[in-house]
Amino acid sequence: MLKKAGGELTKPCGIKIAQAEFPRPFAGGLEYSPPARGDWNIVHIGLLIPQAHQIYFCAQGCLRGVVQTTAEMDAMDRLSWAYLCDEDYADGNMEQNIIDSVTQVIKRMEQRPPCILVFLSCMHLFAGVDFDIIIEELESRFAGVDFVKCYMTPTMRFSGLPPVPTMYRQMFVPLPETAKDGGVNIIGYNWAFEESCELVRIIKNSGRVLRQLPGCVSYQQYLEMAKSSLNITVIPEASAAGEELEQRLGQKHLYLPVSWDFEKIKDNYKALCRELGVEMPDFSEAENKARKALEAAAKALDGEPAAVDFTAAHKPFELCALLLDNGIGVRRIFVDVISEEDRGAFEHIKEHYPDVEIFPTADSSMRFFASADGEENRYFAIGQRAAYFCCTDYFVDMVGARGCYGFDGIVAMAEQIADAARNPKDRRTVIQHKGAGCQSCL
Amino acid sequence: MIHYARIISCYTADTSGVCSALYELGGMVVVHDASGCNSTYATHDEPRWYDMDSMIYVSALTEIDAVMGNDERFINDVCRSAEKLGPKFIAICGSPMPAMTGTDFDALASVIQSRCGIPTHPMHTNGMKSYVSGASEAFEMLARCYCGSTGNVKNAVNILGATPLDLSRQEIVDSIWAWLKKCGFEKGCCMAMGSSLDDYKTAGDARCNLVVSSSGLRAAKVLQERFGTPYVVGLPLGEEFAVALGEDIHRAVEGKTEIVSCALRGEICADCKTVVVGESVYAGSLARGIMMHTGKPVRVIHTLDAGGELIAGGDRKITDEDKLEEEFAKCSCVIADPLFKPIAPANAKFVPIPHEAFSGRCFRKNIPDLVDKKLGLEL
Repeated sequence: MLKKAGGELTKPCGIKIAQAEFPRPFAGGLEYSPPARGDWNIVHIGLLIPQAHQIYFCAQGCLRGVVQTTAEMDAMDRLSWAYLCDEDYADGNMEQNIIDSVTQVIKRMEQRPPCILVFLSCMHLFAGVDFDIIIEELESRFAGVDFVKCYMTPTMRFSGLPPVPTMYRQMFVPLPETAKDGGVNIIGYNWAFEESCELVRIIKNSGRVLRQLPGCVSYQQYLEMAKSSLNITVIPEASAAGEELEQRLGQKHLYLPVSWDFEKIKDNYKALCRELGVEMPDFSEAENKARKALEAAAKALDGEPAAVDFTAAHKPFELCALLLDNGIGVRRIFVDVISEEDRGAFEHIKEHYPDVEIFPTADSSMRFFASADGEENRYFAIGQRAAYFCCTDYFVDMVGARGCYGFDGIVAMAEQIADAARNPKDRRTVIQHKGAGCQSCL
Repeated sequence: MIHYARIISCYTADTSGVCSALYELGGMVVVHDASGCNSTYATHDEPRWYDMDSMIYVSALTEIDAVMGNDERFINDVCRSAEKLGPKFIAICGSPMPAMTGTDFDALASVIQSRCGIPTHPMHTNGMKSYVSGASEAFEMLARCYCGSTGNVKNAVNILGATPLDLSRQEIVDSIWAWLKKCGFEKGCCMAMGSSLDDYKTAGDARCNLVVSSSGLRAAKVLQERFGTPYVVGLPLGEEFAVALGEDIHRAVEGKTEIVSCALRGEICADCKTVVVGESVYAGSLARGIMMHTGKPVRVIHTLDAGGELIAGGDRKITDEDKLEEEFAKCSCVIADPLFKPIAPANAKFVPIPHEAFSGRCFRKNIPDLVDKKLGLEL
């Protein structure tokens, strides 16, 4: 039971979807951080590059999060840092200090890494630090090491490309120009798709080599991604990476977004088959399997109200539309902003299910939502934040759709629903692990 | 100045110190920083986040607001949330970007207070100092603004400087209360675990203040100045030091003076090969506890803000990894947070004592309660 620290608990501040405005249904303001930690951050993403080392330059307060993320992954041998003091940002020596710090760190390493991701912060960009000069000097000092410009700049999240898409773009900068072997990369996604995924099957059946970064075990294997002639991205945050590689290395970029809509899934596969020059397989069996899995999930829930949050999957409204149209009673959606890609599904739910409630996750009053709403296990949840806010141990522990793609992904997600409806989880323990699927010492 | 580390962790920063110090008191703390920056504190530095409601928020600062000096959005957002949530006070904290743009937090606090009628306190953090600095300022503010006295002196002791960053769990604070009772004292208030803002109204009635971390020292000095209350600095770690510390409190009460018990370790030779590493009051108290238990000399390496009064002869104050590694190389026994282990010599004995402000929640379940306990450390 929660203990109240002060003030009266405020009532939940949700609205019926019929009243919600696209794209921001709620006013901004002070922000709260719910204790659901499965999202990936730039540290988790950067560590996907095998053998790469990360060095962060920022204020102590900003360092803390990335250092602790790494410590929890038991990967402190892959991260170094230097912090800025009051006197540093105005003394005109920022570039030299960064170069000297990286030099000191490398000198203290037993083995020189093949790649170093150098992260600068909001303060450096604000002070107009010349990142190119830093990288040029480091490359001249340490031949054979790929230095990559990376950014931890949350203050600049609305000024151009936000930090996570920037990270996905920068992490492929070391890929060199090389002869192509016709292979296919899936880039900008945190988990490798399994053999059962239709995307994987189409690519492999075409005779092409499939390369996925989460499956790489060495830096050399990562560099071989440069040999592919096609890059597939499945989330909008990865598009900048695809575009950069298309421009720089001539690798064609194909955006096949994660979808929970049967027709859009088939459109993705059509586009892929066209690109690969192969015939579109017949997916009627996969479609039927997906429908049956959804039917089984609805049966397992037996009319129980469901809640979904935006961290569970890309296009949460499309996911909710799929669930609602297949008999699963979504009553609450937790989301702060609605993406353009999800607008159609948002409008669909607005028209056909106007009583569905939507709630923000970061609004200051949401601090008291769980404690004010505190009846345990009244809802079934998909996503960690929905589980937290609705105080339920019956939830699908899904972040960023985690490997669920296409009809196979819908089957996997529906099976997780059926399983979670029967088997409660230790909510508090599960949702506090950072970076879903990453190693954790907790 | 270059302050870098190849492999060790870093201490949490001043903003977390403020948030941790003020967490339980029904106030609203707003860190003027970018969206997402509050998750670091909530995830790694705050074990109460899941169990106990609070009002700790971030302003979601953007580049355009920082560049254009759009303080109005910050003021409006704070006032709007305050109206909705009704906090007992508001504290506003700076972070690196407002520090660069020279945001005037004194002025912002004044405007917010005049608009919403709630006491508002500026915290002069910038995200570039350690948590000790932030928590110290917050505790000092509490001592100045919220502590009072009825004029009836009680045979009570207050605890100053308690946050989970140093003590991790309420259970450890409860052990201190139990030990104080054994020493013959009543329970005063605790700044700031397990007490309410109302409890501070009689803080000045206590006979003595016990400072359990460096963060509580400034508040102790304010209470000494305001109410004449003496203070003693130390944590009762180990049975022997617990007895000595209890006696020190009685002496401080009688002599109306302050005693920094954790630093009363005599002149230790600088080549003493056993070191305790970390926050000054905890490390100094543990060192004294071990010395009294084993009869062997122990030095302290202070890795955070430490005033001269907390440093004993033979101690060193070191914050940088390379210098720490050099110092550790001279040692046969290092007692420190586990995330210091990679720079301890392989042939030295390493005794892990996790410290939440350094290793966050990584080893939280292994943080021992050594208050008034027989020290089982094998050196």
